[in-house]
Amino acid sequence: MAALAQIAVRRLFNAIGPVDYVGLEERVAKYGTRSLKKNAKRFGLKLAVSMIDLTTLEGKDTRSKVEALCQKARQPHDNLVTPAVAAVCVYPAMVRHARRALGPHSSVRIASVATAFPSGQTALKTRLAEVKWAVAEGADEIDMVINRGAFLAGEFSLVQDEIAAVRATCGAATLKVILEVSELETYDNIRAASFLAMRVLRPGDFIKTSTGKTTLNATLGNNQVMLEAIRDYYLETGIPISMKPAGGIRTAKQALTFLVAVKETLGDAWLNNVRYRFGASALLNDLLRQLEKEKTGAYPAPYYFSEATESY
Amino acid sequence: MPTLLNKKRSASSLRRQAAPALIFGDLWAYDPAPETADPKLKTRYELFIGGKFVAPASGQYFDSINPANEQKLAEIAHANTADVAAAYRAAKKAYEQTWSRLPGRERAKYLFRIARLLQDRAREFAVAETMDGGKPIKESRDFDVPMAAAHFFYHAGWADKLEYVAPGRRVAPLGVVGQVIPWNFPLLMLAWKIAPALAMGNCVVIKPAETTSITALKLAEIFQDAGLPAGVVNIVTGFGDTGAAVMAHPLAAKVAFTGSTEVGKIIMRSLAGTNKKMTMELGGKAANIIFDDAPLDQAIEGIVNGIFFNQGHVCCAGSRLLVHEPIAATVLAKLKQRMRTLRVGDPLDKNTDIGAINSKAQLATIKRLVAVGVKEGAALYQPDCVLPAKGFYFRPTVFSGVSMSHRIAREEIFGPVLSVLTFRTVDEAIEKANNTAYGLSAGVWTDKGSRILKLAAELKAGVVWANTYNKFDPASPFGGYKESGFGREGGRQGLLDYCQFV
Repeated sequence: MAALAQIAVRRLFNAIGPVDYVGLEERVAKYGTRSLKKNAKRFGLKLAVSMIDLTTLEGKDTRSKVEALCQKARQPHDNLVTPAVAAVCVYPAMVRHARRALGPHSSVRIASVATAFPSGQTALKTRLAEVKWAVAEGADEIDMVINRGAFLAGEFSLVQDEIAAVRATCGAATLKVILEVSELETYDNIRAASFLAMRVLRPGDFIKTSTGKTTLNATLGNNQVMLEAIRDYYLETGIPISMKPAGGIRTAKQALTFLVAVKETLGDAWLNNVRYRFGASALLNDLLRQLEKEKTGAYPAPYYFSEATESY
Repeated sequence: MPTLLNKKRSASSLRRQAAPALIFGDLWAYDPAPETADPKLKTRYELFIGGKFVAPASGQYFDSINPANEQKLAEIAHANTADVAAAYRAAKKAYEQTWSRLPGRERAKYLFRIARLLQDRAREFAVAETMDGGKPIKESRDFDVPMAAAHFFYHAGWADKLEYVAPGRRVAPLGVVGQVIPWNFPLLMLAWKIAPALAMGNCVVIKPAETTSITALKLAEIFQDAGLPAGVVNIVTGFGDTGAAVMAHPLAAKVAFTGSTEVGKIIMRSLAGTNKKMTMELGGKAANIIFDDAPLDQAIEGIVNGIFFNQGHVCCAGSRLLVHEPIAATVLAKLKQRMRTLRVGDPLDKNTDIGAINSKAQLATIKRLVAVGVKEGAALYQPDCVLPAKGFYFRPTVFSGVSMSHRIAREEIFGPVLSVLTFRTVDEAIEKANNTAYGLSAGVWTDKGSRILKLAAELKAGVVWANTYNKFDPASPFGGYKESGFGREGGRQGLLDYCQFV
């Protein structure tokens, strides 16, 4: 590593301070002991529904699969009164199908992964071209991956410059920067990567935990590290960055615990789908099932809920 | 409902926001979530002497109230010297005729049984503990009761291995021990005192604090259910006069006291010239030291846990925060922000972080010392949380701009009140931390391992926690330096305080 790059790495870590793994895990374990009853539970469940980026990212995705996903996104349940989800999240090739299914003025946004998702291992030129194409196809939001190889090699400015380049290419589209936390491995690295990204983002852009394509995705722990990074950055600069945990959040109970973490770390201003999202698919039906249970007092069988998604 | 995403709330409208501040409001308020398990309280609790519940010779009872709402929970017997003498006679008889003759593995069976029965009734005990003492249910449920059971389990494990407790030496029990415990961890202190004494083969006369006697007497029910031989543990309830009688009784081979330094000194004076052994676990004014390279958010959690755990009614509470000067402002800002999310209120609510102050008298003490802090010119901060109308409550409090000569930096407040001081160098931190009559515990927060080792060696405190706070384990000895007392509880060292070498 070049000496200057090394100094930059040191400087960043010194400026943002370390994270203690044990202490952080202890903190997030306490979120799980919060007991949500009645109205608080219903509010949380509906809030979670409204925050979902309903996702399908498969090689086997087709137009009809995406159309089904869009319908589910607009109307999560045929009977329950629920908000629509925040967005659908698809590959760039599927964006045009989503746009056609949702129409030009849908409240459900279209997010597209781009930048050679999930690895990002191709030329920057190619990645930027993909972003441009996805936006042209009708994507409202772009989910990019950072260059983890460069990050782990200590080439922080390269990582940051690439994020800046993607942001510039996004135009009006919202940018979500996927850190792929399981490949960064330590909480210190996750915090550092969060700051690298936030410093070149616009208000309302996101940092996001994972692609959903690795073994370990969003956890309460890495969610907390990123929420605290967002909080520190916001209090320092006034720029509110949004947050999206993705992958591995499958149950309503999990989602509520993540929301408790948001409420108690960032406060009320982040309890909406402009500032917080869940990248998930299986989660939606469990939320609906819990809402139905709150309404009727009984758990309906899973087959009462339409399956328009696969696990993510 | 939350605002749904739409194009109107674009990035530019977010950019127009005023000075950055976080909003911890009521957009998503938690509904009440009371713990509903039945504490199975009796209306009247007698003394537990010779394996039976017996009425006090005095014929007197006093009320035990719930500090969360000031309602009466039960009547508790007030033992006089005759009752204490009866308890000692029962203990002596049990010691001579049964307990000291049982092999260790038989004693262990009883201790294991007590631990398991306590686990079986954990929720019931947790609710009783919370109603009697005011601590949040999440603490009694997740800490007090499981730790009490853990102490019985741990010492049960020792009971048949005592030949290894002091290699090369033979140990024997002392006889009957008299014990007096405080109100901050009623059940846990009972376990800390009883378990090692019994494992070693001693019999016990113990007095719980007057405001928190109920779980001790509920544990007596478990002793009966476990078939513990009559007289092995005797529980006498009452006020200071009862405690004095327990400490002074001639049949006590040893006395163990946990409580204030003030009372500890009185007891030590009264025992001067007798051949009684004693251990004292007294007050503290612990320094929690934060260096500029510390993991700050975790340190903030440690500070909060250190001073607001159990409303600050903790002898090892981290009541003096020593912050490295370069980060003092940052730490204080983060701490204040964290305090805004603490939930003060009904101890039985599962989402309550800070419950009720144990008694009216203690609340008055806290208020008095906080007033002194204000008068001496320290800057006070309290989050504006709403306190319940009835019951004894106090807002979490932080004093900044405190120096070593402020009274709030020297006296134990035993409430949710933190004094923040700063330091510039490692040596100054050590000097300030040690500049106190106490020496029970300390905390060190730094990313630098060598600094942790240096401070652990130089801080005059029985426990030094590194990058954590208030961690307990039955295997780890706990006790003080200087006026925080002597003797250890827990671990092999704790057992040695309940035996003699023969």
